[in-house]
Amino acid sequence: MAQAKAESKYQQPDDRGHFGVYGGLFVAETLMEPLTELRRAYEKYMLDKEFLAELDWELQNYVGRPSPLYFAERWSKELGGAKIYLKREDLNHTGAHKVNNTVGQALLAKRMGKTRIIAETGAGQHGVATATVCARLGLECVVYMGQVDIERQAANVFRMKLLGATVVPVTAGSATLKDALNEAMRDWVTNIDNTFYIIGTVAGPHPYPAMVRDFQTIIGREAREQIQQHEGRLPDALVACVGGGSNAIGLFHPFIDDKDVAIYGVEAAGDGIETGNHAAPLCAGQPGVLHGNRTYLVEDENGQIIETHSISAGLDYPGVGPEHAWLKDCGRAQYVAIDDKEALQAFHDLTKIEGIIPALESSHALGYASKLAPTMDKDKIIIVNLSGRGDKDIHTVANIEGITL
Amino acid sequence: MIDYVSRIQARFELRANEGRKLLIPYFTAGDPQPEVAVPMMHAMVEAGADLIELGVPFSDPMAEGPVIQKAMERALEFNVSLHDVIAMVAEFRQKDKETPVILMGYLNPVEIMGYAEFAKQASQAGVDGLLTVDIPPEEAEEYVKEMKAEGIDRIFLIAPTTTEDRIKAISDASGGFLYYVSLKGVTGAGHLDVKAVQDRVSTIRTLTDLPVGVGFGIKDAESAASIGNVADAVVVGSAIVKRIEENLDSVDNAIKSVCELLSEMRKALDA
Repeated sequence: MAQAKAESKYQQPDDRGHFGVYGGLFVAETLMEPLTELRRAYEKYMLDKEFLAELDWELQNYVGRPSPLYFAERWSKELGGAKIYLKREDLNHTGAHKVNNTVGQALLAKRMGKTRIIAETGAGQHGVATATVCARLGLECVVYMGQVDIERQAANVFRMKLLGATVVPVTAGSATLKDALNEAMRDWVTNIDNTFYIIGTVAGPHPYPAMVRDFQTIIGREAREQIQQHEGRLPDALVACVGGGSNAIGLFHPFIDDKDVAIYGVEAAGDGIETGNHAAPLCAGQPGVLHGNRTYLVEDENGQIIETHSISAGLDYPGVGPEHAWLKDCGRAQYVAIDDKEALQAFHDLTKIEGIIPALESSHALGYASKLAPTMDKDKIIIVNLSGRGDKDIHTVANIEGITL
Repeated sequence: MIDYVSRIQARFELRANEGRKLLIPYFTAGDPQPEVAVPMMHAMVEAGADLIELGVPFSDPMAEGPVIQKAMERALEFNVSLHDVIAMVAEFRQKDKETPVILMGYLNPVEIMGYAEFAKQASQAGVDGLLTVDIPPEEAEEYVKEMKAEGIDRIFLIAPTTTEDRIKAISDASGGFLYYVSLKGVTGAGHLDVKAVQDRVSTIRTLTDLPVGVGFGIKDAESAASIGNVADAVVVGSAIVKRIEENLDSVDNAIKSVCELLSEMRKALDA
């Protein structure tokens, strides 16, 4: 991992966690020392052969990697343009890309001698992935989850409990992911001696954005090899959904030096950007400081964070990883938005045409791919990150469509 | 700049000469409603407050316990903004030119207003200092420069986990006083260890010339007095906000209850 970085022309972040003007370390003083301790451990173990071998073993034998790169032939034909390949992160253990990171951070926690794990979760995927790995490693696990999300993701809440985790409902603020993150930070500041905080996305104070990215780049490294096996060349475009942006950066990062590969991050437009009910900081927000880093935020003119909206709990977050903010400003990646209806359409299309039920988060990436593919020639190639499976979302979809299960 | 004595410095020097400790109450501007702020500040001074720490409401107050979180939610129901809080200080200054006022909150509202613009407006209104919980000195170069230019003292926190190297760096970036957080946790937490605080404050004093205030976990006259024995100033937040919370039906009772607590603390500190 560290080797791949050293070979790249792209060297972000700087040693204090800045991606251009974004990122950094904006936390209360009590967390400065624990974050320094974490940064040192991360820097040490990412170069430690034994640690990396252990991580690889877990990814192969527990997570089930490598995940396939699947040619969605019928869907591509139906759309009538570029060939669409799906990176099947939905086939990972626990059903999403989140586990790549939780395995990595939990192994790190163990090396650091921490016995208690905390996490925040929105859709519940990161919470489930964290609870799973904690069960596997025998670590205590506490997951903070907004009350609103608990209600819309009941199955994942039960999964976490089955796995032995304590799920703590958060009722403060908008009672969603951002408030769960606030509460996890409050727990961490109180219990820093024995507690490791597993952040689920490429946001938060340094070193989290870089560390979570490094654990997720397995997606892009595999996809890069796999597409060359399938097609003998690199793709023309990459598409991934962006909430905090960990699945996206995981796919994008190993292609950043490949200037001919177009990169599209897809945010949640919710009811539509123009309605204000969205979760699209890169498309419709402005820079600010929240949750330990400087990045684009959905906020008002006084700097208060605004409640976001998306059909997908996992994208319902007012911030975004600072590396995405940087990739936007320097023009290397383009950020677009797909609304609830478009995502829902893609959800149904992929399910019916390919027999794959995608997560509503991933359906945003699919929604954009279905617009992009027809504008490209048939010999062009798009890789879409199918970041999670949609089983967790069937109740949400049924509800919207007035169906009682 | 060299000859300039800030209101904060003047107050610390005055109390030091008298052999007394500063009492610093905190409350959230706009809680339980915006009109209460200025009368509350005057009443606090009347009850023995030396310096007022006025909370700027923020939607995501990560360092606060439940008591101050709810206070911020109450204030945000009235959309109390950083502009509004600065205006409250300007109104307070019409009658009180002596008592220092610092704003305490989170970086984003200041970031959105712009550091230079904030410093200018705050200075004109009579704000003396700024404490934003989530900016460590490592990220604060521009921030410190702009605040210094307008004579706004920068108050930074020092935690039980802060290393000696960083205490020095924090002291270099600071003005007015250093604020030692007495425990690992959020505001309003309950486990105050006076002996541990004493040891840390002694260490901090070897690394700075600035006075040292202590806050987090001080809830009554007794804990105020014991912290007053080891620090130059005692900061009280959640215990005050709790009294506001208990009197949401009557502004007068809220102010009265807060002032009773402050008077008891003042007495205990001066005893």
